[in-house]
Amino acid sequence: MIHNDLIPLMVGVPLAGAFLNALLGRKLKGVPDLLGILCTMGTLFLGFVMLRLVNAHHVLLFEVGNWPPPIGIAMVVDGLTVFMLLTVNLIAFLVVLYSTNYMSRYTQKWQFYSLFMLMLAGMNGVIVTGDIFNLFVYLEIAAVASYALVAFGTERQELEAAFKYAVMGSLGSMFVLLGVVWMYAHTSTLNMADMAMVLRDGGSGEIVLLASVLFLVGFGLKAALVPFHAWLPDAHPSAPAPISAMLSGVLIKALGVYAICRLFYSVFGITWELSTILLTLGTVSMCVGVLLALKQWDMKRLLAYSSISQVGYIMIGIGIGTPLGILAALFHLFNHSVFKSLLFLGSGAVEYATGTRDLRKMGGLARRMPLTAGTSMAGSMSLAGIPPFAGFWSKLLIVVAAVQAGLYGYAIIAIVASILTLAYVMKMMRYGFLGNLPERLKGIKDVPAMMKLSMSLLALICIAGGLLLLPQVRELFLTDASKTFKAGTELAFRIMSEVR
Amino acid sequence: MAVYVLCMVLFCVGIYAVVSKRNLIRIIIGIMISENAVNLFFIATAYRIGGRSPIFSPLTDVQNMVDPLPHALVLTAIVIGLATTALMVALAMRLHEKYGTFDIAQIRELRG
Repeated sequence: MIHNDLIPLMVGVPLAGAFLNALLGRKLKGVPDLLGILCTMGTLFLGFVMLRLVNAHHVLLFEVGNWPPPIGIAMVVDGLTVFMLLTVNLIAFLVVLYSTNYMSRYTQKWQFYSLFMLMLAGMNGVIVTGDIFNLFVYLEIAAVASYALVAFGTERQELEAAFKYAVMGSLGSMFVLLGVVWMYAHTSTLNMADMAMVLRDGGSGEIVLLASVLFLVGFGLKAALVPFHAWLPDAHPSAPAPISAMLSGVLIKALGVYAICRLFYSVFGITWELSTILLTLGTVSMCVGVLLALKQWDMKRLLAYSSISQVGYIMIGIGIGTPLGILAALFHLFNHSVFKSLLFLGSGAVEYATGTRDLRKMGGLARRMPLTAGTSMAGSMSLAGIPPFAGFWSKLLIVVAAVQAGLYGYAIIAIVASILTLAYVMKMMRYGFLGNLPERLKGIKDVPAMMKLSMSLLALICIAGGLLLLPQVRELFLTDASKTFKAGTELAFRIMSEVR
Repeated sequence: MAVYVLCMVLFCVGIYAVVSKRNLIRIIIGIMISENAVNLFFIATAYRIGGRSPIFSPLTDVQNMVDPLPHALVLTAIVIGLATTALMVALAMRLHEKYGTFDIAQIRELRG
């Protein structure tokens, strides 16, 4: 473990970007695009720097205000953190590239970038923080920015979706805060590592159980696990396409899945009951999401339900809890971020060109928009789990992990859900991009260059993503992340013993 | 003990308003009530029986003082709550412009 002064820049750079945008972007035309690209490029670069450092030293620590951890706020970067940071910032960078063209349809581009950067700062903060109340604060920064972004178009549907999302989101945050209160009252500390130590020494009682339930509800709402999913299919399609890509691609994972993993594995210590709950929630999400996606005709709404279902897969992998299961879940998390943002950007491109999201009014777009169709096809194949694409490998690993752990039922359900996934993906491709071109859409053109560039890069990652499983690459990226889970509360012990 | 019961009651009142009311403004008020119940509860957990204010000075030997940390945290939580509320009120105003009503039964274009 070493101290590292770069960690707060993960939050600081996008935060500075947001405020500079608000100051300068209003007057100067090119500034918002430029700042957006520079900031996300910067955070992505920092992510790679940290990946190298974590490979060498395993844990990086930053003490805010130079107060040693149990007193001050700590920022901790370990394998899982750096994995999430790279995923989030990679998607953010590509989405910003796409927005430079796409968002010129809207007025007030600087407001969009300011909110976007705030959301990114919140997400990076949730990921790097080692303090449980600090996590709540960053969670709210990201969440409030995302409520505003969903309403960005200020049309009837956007506003309705944003209001629903804001109400559900505030309820979720309230449960998280209540959980924090109980944990603070029980352990008298807010530092996650210290809290894990106190829980290990003092044992866990009913209060920890109560707090676990509160956190599960709160973060479950953010991750849109099934009993808490009602806001997602409204909010994600209503937002502008780049924001849909961010929300579905990384926000639900950084705020929901990552926070659940961090608390339940590194602080509370996973138990048999908790992993069963995660497995059950995952399975229910997977099935309900896939069945509801099948009957959608709105392209983005279909993708939103698909997100619910795919987060179910990730939770199953995490619930299985074996090293292979965790590795598979993390790999699927990365893949889902890539292909779901690609598909949302693709649907945005279709809406940009044709002005509709209704699959019944489209058809034959492949002839007019070959690149959008091609990249969306790559994303769809990855989503459906067709062999050479990355999505196939992660789903296969999840099923194999379930079989190895003796959970045959879950493995069978996962396979059936995967077949149904193929069905709705085929529906989208068949009605959207193949078939006959309607008379009305004869004159459409493919989208501008930056949108094409961003979608092509994502499609490339979709195709080449399977290479992440090669032993040398896996050591760098995925194995370190899954070790965090195996270490569990040991991680806390290591941090605290070195600090003292 | 009575304070904890009050927090519990307030929290339930807030949740009830969110779940059962059809007026946007009442839903927002419900959320505010619940939020403040959580904040109140946080403050209540900081209290120590017979505790005094947590101000150190070299002259007095403080034995039993209330925990100052939750007060600082609740201040942050209140500010965050303010931001959320302001945003939701803004959304409600925009919704009223578009639909001419605060009734959620009439604001439902999204379904399925």
